[in-house]
Amino acid sequence: MSIAIATKRVPLDPNWKSVLDCAAVEVFEIMAGTRLTPFVPPAVEPGAEPAPERQGGLTAMVGMAGVLCGMTTIRCSSDTAIRLASKMAGDEAAKDPNIVSDAMGELCNMVAGNFKAKITCLADHCMLSVPTVISGDSYVMQAAEPSEVLLLALNFDGSPIHISLITRS
Amino acid sequence: MRKLKILIVDDSAVMRKIVERALRQAGLDIGEVLEASNGAEALVEVQKGSLDIILSDINMPVMDGLEFLKSLPAIEAAKGVPVIMITTEGSEARVVEALSAGAKGYLRKPFTPEQVKERVSPLLVGVL
Repeated sequence: MSIAIATKRVPLDPNWKSVLDCAAVEVFEIMAGTRLTPFVPPAVEPGAEPAPERQGGLTAMVGMAGVLCGMTTIRCSSDTAIRLASKMAGDEAAKDPNIVSDAMGELCNMVAGNFKAKITCLADHCMLSVPTVISGDSYVMQAAEPSEVLLLALNFDGSPIHISLITRS
Repeated sequence: MRKLKILIVDDSAVMRKIVERALRQAGLDIGEVLEASNGAEALVEVQKGSLDIILSDINMPVMDGLEFLKSLPAIEAAKGVPVIMITTEGSEARVVEALSAGAKGYLRKPFTPEQVKERVSPLLVGVL
Protein backbone atom coordinates (compact mmCIF):
# COMPACT_ATOMS: atom_id res chain seq x y z
CA MET A 1 0.00 0.00 0.00
CA SER A 2 1.38 3.40 -0.89
CA ILE A 3 -0.34 5.44 1.78
CA ALA A 4 1.99 7.15 4.20
CA ILE A 5 0.67 7.35 7.74
CA ALA A 6 1.82 10.50 9.49
CA THR A 7 2.87 9.94 13.08
CA LYS A 8 1.89 13.31 14.54
CA ARG A 9 -1.48 12.92 16.16
CA VAL A 10 -4.35 15.33 15.74
CA PRO A 11 -6.13 16.09 19.03
CA LEU A 12 -9.83 15.46 19.30
CA ASP A 13 -11.75 18.62 18.49
CA PRO A 14 -15.08 19.07 20.35
CA ASN A 15 -16.48 20.63 17.17
CA TRP A 16 -16.21 17.22 15.55
CA LYS A 17 -19.34 16.19 17.41
CA SER A 18 -21.53 17.96 14.85
CA VAL A 19 -19.45 16.44 12.04
CA LEU A 20 -19.93 12.96 13.52
CA ASP A 21 -23.65 13.66 13.84
CA CYS A 22 -23.85 14.79 10.21
CA ALA A 23 -21.83 11.77 9.03
CA ALA A 24 -24.10 9.35 10.92
CA VAL A 25 -27.35 10.96 9.77
CA GLU A 26 -26.17 10.83 6.14
CA VAL A 27 -25.16 7.17 6.32
CA PHE A 28 -28.39 6.02 7.97
CA GLU A 29 -30.51 8.08 5.59
CA ILE A 30 -28.81 6.88 2.41
CA MET A 31 -28.09 3.26 3.32
CA ALA A 32 -30.92 2.41 5.70
CA GLY A 33 -33.55 4.85 4.45
CA THR A 34 -34.16 6.28 7.88
CA ARG A 35 -33.81 9.81 9.22
CA LEU A 36 -32.18 9.84 12.65
CA THR A 37 -33.01 12.66 15.05
CA PRO A 38 -31.58 13.52 18.47
CA PHE A 39 -32.70 10.98 21.06
CA VAL A 40 -34.61 12.46 23.99
CA PRO A 41 -35.01 10.01 26.89
CA PRO A 42 -38.60 9.60 28.11
CA ALA A 43 -39.65 12.07 30.83
CA VAL A 44 -39.48 10.73 34.41
CA GLU A 45 -42.10 11.54 37.06
CA PRO A 46 -40.66 13.69 39.89
CA GLY A 47 -39.19 11.41 42.53
CA ALA A 48 -39.35 8.32 40.32
CA GLU A 49 -36.29 6.38 39.30
CA PRO A 50 -35.54 6.68 35.59
CA ALA A 51 -36.27 3.46 33.78
CA PRO A 52 -33.06 1.58 33.08
CA GLU A 53 -32.14 1.86 29.47
CA ARG A 54 -32.64 -1.36 27.63
CA GLN A 55 -29.19 -2.68 26.91
CA GLY A 56 -28.22 -5.93 25.34
CA GLY A 57 -27.94 -5.93 21.63
CA LEU A 58 -24.97 -5.21 19.52
CA THR A 59 -21.92 -2.98 19.52
CA ALA A 60 -20.07 -2.46 16.25
CA MET A 61 -16.55 -1.06 16.36
CA VAL A 62 -14.13 0.21 13.74
CA GLY A 63 -10.54 1.02 14.72
CA MET A 64 -8.80 4.16 13.52
CA ALA A 65 -5.03 4.50 13.15
CA GLY A 66 -2.77 7.27 11.96
CA VAL A 67 -3.04 10.91 12.95
CA LEU A 68 -6.17 9.93 14.86
CA CYS A 69 -5.98 6.76 16.96
CA GLY A 70 -9.05 5.25 18.50
CA MET A 71 -12.33 3.82 17.36
CA THR A 72 -15.83 4.60 16.23
CA THR A 73 -18.60 2.54 17.83
CA ILE A 74 -22.32 2.10 17.27
CA ARG A 75 -24.44 0.45 19.98
CA CYS A 76 -28.13 -0.39 19.96
CA SER A 77 -30.55 -3.05 21.14
CA SER A 78 -30.90 -6.32 19.26
CA ASP A 79 -34.39 -5.34 18.13
CA THR A 80 -33.11 -2.07 16.73
CA ALA A 81 -30.23 -3.85 14.98
CA ILE A 82 -32.67 -6.30 13.37
CA ARG A 83 -34.90 -3.45 12.17
CA LEU A 84 -31.89 -1.66 10.70
CA ALA A 85 -30.68 -4.83 8.97
CA SER A 86 -34.18 -5.34 7.60
CA LYS A 87 -34.14 -1.88 6.07
CA MET A 88 -30.73 -2.51 4.52
CA ALA A 89 -31.03 -6.13 3.37
CA GLY A 90 -34.72 -7.01 3.55
CA ASP A 91 -36.92 -8.73 6.12
CA GLU A 92 -35.95 -12.26 5.15
CA ALA A 93 -32.21 -11.62 5.32
CA ALA A 94 -32.53 -9.88 8.69
CA LYS A 95 -33.67 -13.16 10.26
CA ASP A 96 -30.04 -14.28 10.02
CA PRO A 97 -27.97 -13.03 13.00
CA ASN A 98 -24.87 -12.94 10.79
CA ILE A 99 -26.60 -10.51 8.44
CA VAL A 100 -27.62 -8.34 11.40
CA SER A 101 -24.01 -8.20 12.63
CA ASP A 102 -22.82 -7.57 9.08
CA ALA A 103 -25.25 -4.64 8.74
CA MET A 104 -24.14 -3.12 12.04
CA GLY A 105 -20.48 -3.49 11.09
CA GLU A 106 -21.04 -1.86 7.72
CA LEU A 107 -22.99 1.03 9.24
CA CYS A 108 -20.16 1.65 11.70
CA ASN A 109 -17.59 1.38 8.92
CA MET A 110 -19.46 3.91 6.79
CA VAL A 111 -20.02 6.33 9.68
CA ALA A 112 -16.29 6.24 10.51
CA GLY A 113 -15.34 6.63 6.85
CA ASN A 114 -17.83 9.40 6.20
CA PHE A 115 -16.73 11.22 9.35
CA LYS A 116 -13.05 11.19 8.44
CA ALA A 117 -13.81 12.12 4.83
CA LYS A 118 -15.38 15.33 6.11
CA ILE A 119 -12.25 16.35 8.04
CA THR A 120 -9.47 17.32 5.66
CA CYS A 121 -6.59 16.51 7.99
CA LEU A 122 -7.89 12.98 8.56
CA ALA A 123 -8.98 11.86 5.11
CA ASP A 124 -5.61 10.68 3.80
CA HIS A 125 -3.88 10.19 7.13
CA CYS A 126 -6.19 7.95 9.10
CA MET A 127 -6.86 4.31 8.25
CA LEU A 128 -9.85 2.24 9.27
CA SER A 129 -9.85 -1.35 10.45
CA VAL A 130 -12.40 -3.91 9.34
CA PRO A 131 -15.43 -3.84 11.66
CA THR A 132 -15.81 -5.95 14.79
CA VAL A 133 -19.25 -6.62 16.28
CA ILE A 134 -19.89 -7.67 19.88
CA SER A 135 -23.17 -9.27 20.95
CA GLY A 136 -24.45 -8.65 24.48
CA ASP A 137 -23.82 -5.90 26.98
CA SER A 138 -21.81 -7.50 29.73
CA TYR A 139 -18.50 -5.96 28.87
CA VAL A 140 -16.32 -3.03 29.86
CA MET A 141 -13.96 -1.31 27.45
CA GLN A 142 -10.64 -0.20 28.87
CA ALA A 143 -8.21 1.89 26.85
CA ALA A 144 -4.48 1.35 27.23
CA GLU A 145 -3.95 5.10 27.14
CA PRO A 146 -6.03 8.02 28.38
CA SER A 147 -8.82 8.66 25.96
CA GLU A 148 -11.36 11.28 25.01
CA VAL A 149 -14.87 10.55 23.84
CA LEU A 150 -17.54 12.21 21.73
CA LEU A 151 -20.96 10.67 22.33
CA LEU A 152 -24.15 10.91 20.30
CA ALA A 153 -27.57 9.47 21.10
CA LEU A 154 -29.81 9.36 18.05
CA ASN A 155 -33.41 8.31 17.72
CA PHE A 156 -34.45 5.54 15.37
CA ASP A 157 -38.22 5.00 15.50
CA GLY A 158 -38.25 5.73 19.24
CA SER A 159 -35.20 3.62 20.08
CA PRO A 160 -31.76 5.01 20.87
CA ILE A 161 -28.69 4.41 18.77
CA HIS A 162 -25.50 5.36 20.58
CA ILE A 163 -22.56 6.47 18.47
CA SER A 164 -19.18 7.28 19.92
CA LEU A 165 -15.80 8.45 18.74
CA ILE A 166 -13.14 7.37 21.22
CA THR A 167 -9.65 8.75 20.68
CA ARG A 168 -6.38 8.30 22.49
CA SER A 169 -5.34 11.67 23.78
CA MET B 1 -31.64 -6.29 -26.04
CA ARG B 2 -29.56 -8.47 -23.75
CA LYS B 3 -29.42 -7.96 -20.03
CA LEU B 4 -26.32 -7.01 -18.09
CA LYS B 5 -24.13 -9.53 -16.33
CA ILE B 6 -22.53 -7.96 -13.29
CA LEU B 7 -19.98 -9.05 -10.68
CA ILE B 8 -20.24 -7.49 -7.22
CA VAL B 9 -17.25 -8.01 -4.92
CA ASP B 10 -17.57 -7.16 -1.23
CA ASP B 11 -16.90 -9.07 1.98
CA SER B 12 -20.22 -7.79 3.35
CA ALA B 13 -23.29 -9.69 2.12
CA VAL B 14 -25.41 -6.69 3.14
CA MET B 15 -23.33 -4.36 0.97
CA ARG B 16 -23.58 -6.73 -1.98
CA LYS B 17 -27.37 -6.59 -1.67
CA ILE B 18 -27.30 -2.80 -1.38
CA VAL B 19 -25.10 -2.43 -4.47
CA GLU B 20 -27.38 -4.71 -6.48
CA ARG B 21 -30.47 -2.82 -5.31
CA ALA B 22 -28.86 0.52 -6.18
CA LEU B 23 -28.04 -0.76 -9.68
CA ARG B 24 -31.63 -1.87 -10.20
CA GLN B 25 -32.98 1.42 -8.78
CA ALA B 26 -30.67 3.22 -11.20
CA GLY B 27 -32.74 1.68 -13.98
CA LEU B 28 -30.11 -0.67 -15.36
CA ASP B 29 -31.43 -3.74 -17.12
CA ILE B 30 -29.70 -6.36 -15.03
CA GLY B 31 -29.83 -10.04 -15.83
CA GLU B 32 -27.33 -12.11 -13.90
CA VAL B 33 -25.61 -10.85 -10.74
CA LEU B 34 -22.55 -12.78 -9.58
CA GLU B 35 -21.14 -12.24 -6.11
CA ALA B 36 -17.74 -12.71 -4.51
CA SER B 37 -16.64 -11.94 -0.98
CA ASN B 38 -12.99 -11.17 -1.78
CA GLY B 39 -10.63 -10.63 -4.68
CA ALA B 40 -9.57 -14.27 -4.93
CA GLU B 41 -13.17 -15.46 -5.30
CA ALA B 42 -13.77 -12.68 -7.80
CA LEU B 43 -10.89 -13.78 -10.01
CA VAL B 44 -12.54 -17.21 -10.34
CA GLU B 45 -15.77 -15.56 -11.50
CA VAL B 46 -13.93 -13.26 -13.92
CA GLN B 47 -12.22 -16.23 -15.59
CA LYS B 48 -15.64 -17.65 -16.49
CA GLY B 49 -16.04 -14.66 -18.81
CA SER B 50 -18.87 -12.60 -20.34
CA LEU B 51 -19.09 -9.93 -17.62
CA ASP B 52 -20.29 -6.46 -18.55
CA ILE B 53 -19.02 -4.63 -15.48
CA ILE B 54 -17.40 -5.29 -12.09
CA LEU B 55 -18.02 -3.33 -8.90
CA SER B 56 -15.50 -4.09 -6.19
CA ASP B 57 -14.92 -2.97 -2.63
CA ILE B 58 -11.34 -2.03 -1.75
CA ASN B 59 -11.00 -3.20 1.85
CA MET B 60 -11.51 -6.95 1.94
CA PRO B 61 -9.80 -9.89 3.61
CA VAL B 62 -7.85 -12.59 1.72
CA MET B 63 -7.30 -10.43 -1.39
CA ASP B 64 -8.23 -6.76 -1.31
CA GLY B 65 -9.77 -4.82 -4.16
CA LEU B 66 -6.56 -3.18 -5.34
CA GLU B 67 -4.72 -6.51 -5.58
CA PHE B 68 -7.72 -7.95 -7.44
CA LEU B 69 -7.69 -4.99 -9.82
CA LYS B 70 -3.97 -5.38 -10.49
CA SER B 71 -4.47 -9.09 -11.25
CA LEU B 72 -7.05 -8.47 -13.97
CA PRO B 73 -4.77 -7.56 -16.92
CA ALA B 74 -3.39 -11.11 -16.87
CA ILE B 75 -6.85 -12.56 -17.46
CA GLU B 76 -8.01 -12.67 -21.08
CA ALA B 77 -11.69 -12.72 -20.08
CA ALA B 78 -11.27 -9.47 -18.16
CA LYS B 79 -10.13 -7.47 -21.15
CA GLY B 80 -12.48 -4.56 -21.79
CA VAL B 81 -14.56 -5.20 -18.67
CA PRO B 82 -14.82 -1.91 -16.76
CA VAL B 83 -14.19 -1.96 -13.01
CA ILE B 84 -15.60 0.50 -10.51
CA MET B 85 -14.03 0.52 -7.07
CA ILE B 86 -16.09 1.11 -3.95
CA THR B 87 -14.47 2.66 -0.92
CA THR B 88 -15.54 3.61 2.56
CA GLU B 89 -12.53 5.76 3.23
CA GLY B 90 -12.26 9.31 2.03
CA SER B 91 -8.69 8.72 0.99
CA GLU B 92 -7.72 10.42 -2.27
CA ALA B 93 -4.53 8.38 -2.31
CA ARG B 94 -6.40 5.08 -2.53
CA VAL B 95 -8.69 6.42 -5.24
CA VAL B 96 -5.70 7.62 -7.27
CA GLU B 97 -4.02 4.24 -6.78
CA ALA B 98 -7.16 2.46 -8.01
CA LEU B 99 -7.55 4.68 -11.05
CA SER B 100 -3.85 4.28 -11.89
CA ALA B 101 -4.27 0.51 -11.68
CA GLY B 102 -7.02 0.57 -14.29
CA ALA B 103 -10.28 1.25 -12.46
CA LYS B 104 -12.71 3.23 -14.61
CA GLY B 105 -14.31 5.00 -11.67
CA TYR B 106 -15.07 4.84 -7.99
CA LEU B 107 -17.99 5.12 -5.61
CA ARG B 108 -17.68 6.27 -2.02
CA LYS B 109 -19.99 4.73 0.57
CA PRO B 110 -22.62 5.83 1.37
CA PHE B 111 -23.85 6.18 -2.22
CA THR B 112 -27.24 6.92 -3.75
CA PRO B 113 -28.74 5.11 -6.77
CA GLU B 114 -28.25 8.35 -8.71
CA GLN B 115 -24.54 8.32 -7.97
CA VAL B 116 -24.36 4.68 -9.04
CA LYS B 117 -26.09 5.49 -12.30
CA GLU B 118 -23.79 8.47 -12.88
CA ARG B 119 -20.71 6.27 -12.53
CA VAL B 120 -21.93 3.09 -14.19
CA SER B 121 -24.04 4.17 -17.18
CA PRO B 122 -21.27 5.92 -19.18
CA LEU B 123 -19.22 2.73 -18.98
CA LEU B 124 -21.99 0.67 -20.53
CA VAL B 125 -22.47 2.71 -23.69
CA GLY B 126 -22.49 0.21 -26.53
CA VAL B 127 -23.54 -2.60 -24.23
CA LEU B 128 -27.03 -1.40 -23.38
